[in-house]
Amino acid sequence: MVSFNVLVLVALLYVAFLFFVAFLAERRAERGKSAWLRTSVVYTLSLSIYCTAWTFYGAVGYAARSGLEYLTIYLGPTLVMVGWWWVLRRLVRIGRTQRITSLADLISSRYGKSTALGVLATFIAVVTATPYLALQLQSVTLSLAVFVGSEGRQWGADELNSAALWVAGGLALFTVAFGTRNLDANERHHGIVIAIAVEAVVKLAALLAVGIFVVWGVAGGVGPTLSLIDASPISQWDQSAGRWVGLTFVAGAAFLCLPRMFQVLVVENSDERHLATASWAFPLYLMLMSLFVVPIAVVGLNVMPAGSNPDLFVLTVPLAEGRNGLAILSFLGGFSSATSMVIVATIALATMVSNHIVVPIWLRQTRRGAVMSGDVRYVVLLARRLSILGVLGLGYIYFRLSGGGTALAAIGLISFTGVVQVLPAMIGGIFWRGSTRVGAAAGMTIGFVIWAWTLFLPSFGADAVVPQAVLDAGPWGIAWLRPQALFGVSGMDPLLHAIFWSLALNALAFFAGSVLSFPTPMERLQGAQFVNVFEHSADTRTWTRSTAEAEDLLIMAQRILGATEAQTLFQSEAARQGKTGYLPDVTPGFVDRLEREMAGSVGAATAHAMMGQLVQGANVSVEDLIAVADEAAQILEYSNRLEAKSAEQDRTARALREANEKLTALSIQKDAFLSQISHELRTPMTSIRAFSEILRDGGPSRNEAAKFAGIIHNEAQRLTRLLDDLLDLSVLENGQVTLSPSLGTLRDLLDQAVAATGAEASVLRIVRRRADEAVALSTDLDRLTQVFINLIANAQKYCDAPAPELRIDVRRVGAQTVVDFIDNGHGIETASQQVIFEKFSRLSDQRKAGGAGLGLAISREIMGRLGGAISYLPGQGGAAFRVVLPGPDALAAE
Amino acid sequence: MMRLPPTPVFLARSTYRQRRMRDVLRSLPVVGAVLMALPLMWPGSGPDAISLSHVLIYLFALWAVMILATFVVVRWLRPDPSPADDAPPPVDGAV
Repeated sequence: MVSFNVLVLVALLYVAFLFFVAFLAERRAERGKSAWLRTSVVYTLSLSIYCTAWTFYGAVGYAARSGLEYLTIYLGPTLVMVGWWWVLRRLVRIGRTQRITSLADLISSRYGKSTALGVLATFIAVVTATPYLALQLQSVTLSLAVFVGSEGRQWGADELNSAALWVAGGLALFTVAFGTRNLDANERHHGIVIAIAVEAVVKLAALLAVGIFVVWGVAGGVGPTLSLIDASPISQWDQSAGRWVGLTFVAGAAFLCLPRMFQVLVVENSDERHLATASWAFPLYLMLMSLFVVPIAVVGLNVMPAGSNPDLFVLTVPLAEGRNGLAILSFLGGFSSATSMVIVATIALATMVSNHIVVPIWLRQTRRGAVMSGDVRYVVLLARRLSILGVLGLGYIYFRLSGGGTALAAIGLISFTGVVQVLPAMIGGIFWRGSTRVGAAAGMTIGFVIWAWTLFLPSFGADAVVPQAVLDAGPWGIAWLRPQALFGVSGMDPLLHAIFWSLALNALAFFAGSVLSFPTPMERLQGAQFVNVFEHSADTRTWTRSTAEAEDLLIMAQRILGATEAQTLFQSEAARQGKTGYLPDVTPGFVDRLEREMAGSVGAATAHAMMGQLVQGANVSVEDLIAVADEAAQILEYSNRLEAKSAEQDRTARALREANEKLTALSIQKDAFLSQISHELRTPMTSIRAFSEILRDGGPSRNEAAKFAGIIHNEAQRLTRLLDDLLDLSVLENGQVTLSPSLGTLRDLLDQAVAATGAEASVLRIVRRRADEAVALSTDLDRLTQVFINLIANAQKYCDAPAPELRIDVRRVGAQTVVDFIDNGHGIETASQQVIFEKFSRLSDQRKAGGAGLGLAISREIMGRLGGAISYLPGQGGAAFRVVLPGPDALAAE
Repeated sequence: MMRLPPTPVFLARSTYRQRRMRDVLRSLPVVGAVLMALPLMWPGSGPDAISLSHVLIYLFALWAVMILATFVVVRWLRPDPSPADDAPPPVDGAV
């Protein structure tokens, strides 16, 4: 006998261990040491969420009721895995190239990024997954109840319900904590995948341990076990061929169509080679999982009193034999199976619900669309968290309503049959270019309705939803609509009947709808990309010309991808085009790339809609459609080659053009500066000369003489300052400067700089997060402070907001620490951003500035000398400068 | 003096082998499915009735053979060139 409290303690310790493992994995991944988290072993183990509590407990019950039929549930996926070259390889490649986030996203993306299809697929997924989630809650509570029962107490409905609520709450917490850290579904969930891999090992070990105990400990070896099997009530081999083939097929198909399997198979896949390993390793896992099922069932039927629930033999047999340790291990195995499935299924469903239902509705509500204020990223994350709670809540409600009781296997099979309704649209979509949105919608709708009518609704029992009279005579007495004898096909096994009719009519409607309708250009483009994913993975263009400004795109991208990611993306694209800075030219290729990156976060349909609001060009052109046509494949290849060549020339030309523009601008600026500098030098000179002449000639009173001398002194100082600046710059530029490195913290430097500019007393409000500023520095601190002073002083001078404010953000980007100085003024025009770091450049009226326009040029030289960098950061609202602090070794290299 | 065989023959042969290995891989699920359905044709009752334990052993043996076959073929298979990261390679020489 195991005390219930001990059991709860063990379970809690186990959960704490899982939290710890997940946390550790996330930490390592953040530090970029994620290689070991992403091996093919971990990938294979993560696939094991196919084996839920249904496998762990239900398979034995299934075997005790219907003999070997349970094997079909594992043979189907085995065939799919062994045949990975056919379907899975294609799915994974498509998932990677198109940045697919979920099953609904695949369907929506394939059929022209259709929002409606995404909603439909999401709806089917949620409805079919709900009973399955309830099933997991039920199995955990039932297994707890077994231990309570062994203490001699009996749990009533209230205790079962509250236990289920606790389990659901704990799972929600775990999933929210580790499942919604990253927005980008393509940024994989390291913590969760590792936790699931650990759970996969635990459940396999538990089931094997119980099996070994049963065969060698109870039955007395392999030979006696086999004779026990042949003497058992299930020894007759009279398997219905229809069910055998039908169930194998449904299990294989469900393996592809279950949202959670799609999540681990396709979305979390980080390397296609892992699939090759999993193709034999996962069937091996399945085989080991089902190896001891029949022995456990037979021994259970033998030793347990008649009428005991065969679904719980895995627990009750060790308990009855007095093996408490084994029973606890077995409980943990069942717990692992249930929790890992719930976590992944919830994440997959929450991604679908937030990307295909919540965000589109929210976008429509706010109207202003992509350029609205506020953080889209935050909304999506919140939607995802709420969806997790919602999905788990649905599972719990179903658990309460159904009240348990139905055999585990029955619920599982109903769920499988429902989810498989996506299969024709999915397989058709990736193999057949002729499939269309209309066909997919028709097939999925009809299949789902028939599934609900023939299997799902009757599963609640006669008179629960569907009255007995309708079951017997059909609705309104129409006999050929009877749920379990559609079109007069009576006498068929109800499950097989439902599988046959739903899939047959689904496929027929899909085919007919596709053949009779005409696809939109976007559908045809996407269809070509999906079907020919191995021939030309190169992206076809869906945007041809665009009126969008790079800065607008950056603002939108920052709200969805996050500031750092978006800036990195824009920077790398600009570098690819041969430009410096953060704003690349808005080419159709770039717009496509950006859309695909965003699709990784919010799904293809939403990303496309948001881009559409900014990029108002015609999105598919005749040329693009020609590229799709097969006959044009050769032309396409030829033009691709030409394009590759001309891309290189494009880059050079762009670089030259940019350099030329810069030179022209500089030359104009230089001319302006020369007249400027002579003016700057002359003005003080004039006053100095005039006043000194007055003094020389005598005449002014003593008071006046002092005043004149003061003016002369001030003007001389101004001259000195100007000459100092010029000298400083020339010294820096010629590399004659000697740096004196010392140690200090960033916070002290910023304090000094703020004090030196007198910014504390001025109208400019400075917003800092002092906690972030505890960065140790080893560099020339005086020089660095000079740069900070310059930037703060600039904000004081030029920030034109009514309540000027300067935000100083310190953050890490990759291995570097950057300091962003962002004010709330109206910023610097894109055209001017190119030249502000050049000498003598000054944008506004020079009187107001009171300097010669050398500050930023000096700052840039200093940062270059120190081994850091300074650049203008567009798209922040106001003027923003980013200082990249020198790394620890920067000075050593000098 | 020994003459080495010209390399193109060897290369073509290996490419040819790769193709056939893929064909084997494609055929595996089909063969497996047929063999899995085979026990359905065995008599369940009557004088030649087959016992459940025999079916069980047959199915698990078949399973093991399929796993082994896939393992061997996958080991032979050269990895497909996987698409590089979506990000295009950075270009040096930016002005």
